[in-house]
Amino acid sequence: MIPQNVGVINETKSKLAVKIGGIAMKNPVATASGTFGFGSEYAPYIDLNQLGALVVKGITLQPRAGNPTPRLVETAAGVLNSIGLQNPGVERFIGELLPGLACFDLPVIVNIAGDTVQDYGRLAARLDRVSGVAGLEVNISCPNVKKGGMQFGSDPDMAAEVTRAVKAGTDKTVIVKLSPNVTSIEAVAEKVASAGADALSMINTLLGMAIDVKSRRPVLGNVLGGLSGPAVKPVAVRAVWQVYRETGLPIIGMGGIITAEDAIEFILAGATAIAVGTANFVNPQATMDVLSGIKQYIIENDVQDINELVGAAHR
Amino acid sequence: MLITDALIIKQEEIIPGFHRITLSAGEAAKNARPGQFLHVRCADTLDPLLRRPISIHAVDREKGEVSLFYRVVGRGTALLADREKGDRVNVLGPLGKGFTMPEGNGGVAVVAGGIGIAPLYFFLQELSVIKICANVFLGAATKKQLFFSGGIEALGHNVFPATDDGTAGYYGNVVELFAQNLSDSVYGCGPAGMLRSLCQTIKKYNIRGEVSLEERMGCGVGACLSCACKTVDEEGNYRYSRVCAEGPVFTAGEVVWE
Repeated sequence: MIPQNVGVINETKSKLAVKIGGIAMKNPVATASGTFGFGSEYAPYIDLNQLGALVVKGITLQPRAGNPTPRLVETAAGVLNSIGLQNPGVERFIGELLPGLACFDLPVIVNIAGDTVQDYGRLAARLDRVSGVAGLEVNISCPNVKKGGMQFGSDPDMAAEVTRAVKAGTDKTVIVKLSPNVTSIEAVAEKVASAGADALSMINTLLGMAIDVKSRRPVLGNVLGGLSGPAVKPVAVRAVWQVYRETGLPIIGMGGIITAEDAIEFILAGATAIAVGTANFVNPQATMDVLSGIKQYIIENDVQDINELVGAAHR
Repeated sequence: MLITDALIIKQEEIIPGFHRITLSAGEAAKNARPGQFLHVRCADTLDPLLRRPISIHAVDREKGEVSLFYRVVGRGTALLADREKGDRVNVLGPLGKGFTMPEGNGGVAVVAGGIGIAPLYFFLQELSVIKICANVFLGAATKKQLFFSGGIEALGHNVFPATDDGTAGYYGNVVELFAQNLSDSVYGCGPAGMLRSLCQTIKKYNIRGEVSLEERMGCGVGACLSCACKTVDEEGNYRYSRVCAEGPVFTAGEVVWE
């Protein structure tokens, strides 16, 4: 009786395996950078080994203090944040944080951000030599920093230049994270693809702001922030849908995923994997709930391999 | 640390806009330390989306009950106030770093501003367990917002009220009242302006002090870096600390007021 059950579970597992460039994920569920710290914060709530991939908080060459407060404000079915890439810098990440993840059986993807094209190249080269890093997610879409960030992601040629610099620095899988704050996300995606990106992730947050009507001042310390949560999901699904049509690259889809249904919507739009972000704040076990819902969906719908569903809404 | 759908035992309106909710949450009751908080899912909706961090107000370990004392300030807390006895509310916690329990013979004071008594009441419960009697400086805008003074006295502490409008006790600022009755260590919670002035008093008289801060939170578990507070360490290095993880209780000297 027991071996039979194990067999069923293993079968379901293999049906869930996906690949993002050279990264083999045992299932399509990843964490969205910036919402999951460095993983250890959530270890008391979930078994990290069950995740398809862990995408850590954005890392820069030098430590960053981050933006003034308030850094977060709740909006209708969403959240505006402006953290400002607070992080300990790449050296402390490698020396102090990454070793703690070695005991987990999951690919670690490092989100990298820079002020200049050279910064991205240096970060890629530094992390290329580090075992325990499966791939890099290139953050050219952070709306909350003065230099770099979204500036790179909103200009297709700049986005391509950053991609080339990262590719020149590493043989690891390079995933470029796209901004929705552009006129044509397909145009950016195409340039990034031809510059050698192995995969794309989308979307980063939508640029937004909130004003306190009592004080008559912007709520966030940094004035502008990035909108995430269920409010942005239709925008994100649209972006995945459009980019899937234009490039052949695998996509990690994200933006407001709360439930397994949300995740499947992204997969049907063209995402090979998905990332859970803001939902982690609401429910620290959101990734596991999404994963078990996906398993249930493929069993109920007699799906032989989750890859069959990728982009299925286009057919 | 855990997530639980806690049964609501009691929902009381202490005065209009100020509620106390009592939850059956055995694990949380067993593990909670004064100054820690629960991250509360006020309703099962996606709007409002986020949990609300609410400090633990009182614990009954025998019954396995945890009380939260909160002010209705927005949609989340309004939804929480609508929840009734017998409903369940999803809570995460206890979370954060609480107060350091005093050791030795020095005098202990507590300074609370309005709703700031919320976490300090639990601290006072624990003090009376270890037979320490504190001077409790309760500040409020007006008499009816001097919460739980009877209960605090019943725990064996001395209450010194202060009101902004002079309707009870000292006519004026609660920190001024404390400054006239200093002790070796002090524990504070209340509005930012009050805490700032308390921290200045602590520094001026070189006494030990801890304050519990409030900040908008995302995850509550240290991952999102939203609830930042500027702090300075003993070597003079500034950084943003996480109110949910390094706090919500900080030593008075750590907090940088801007």
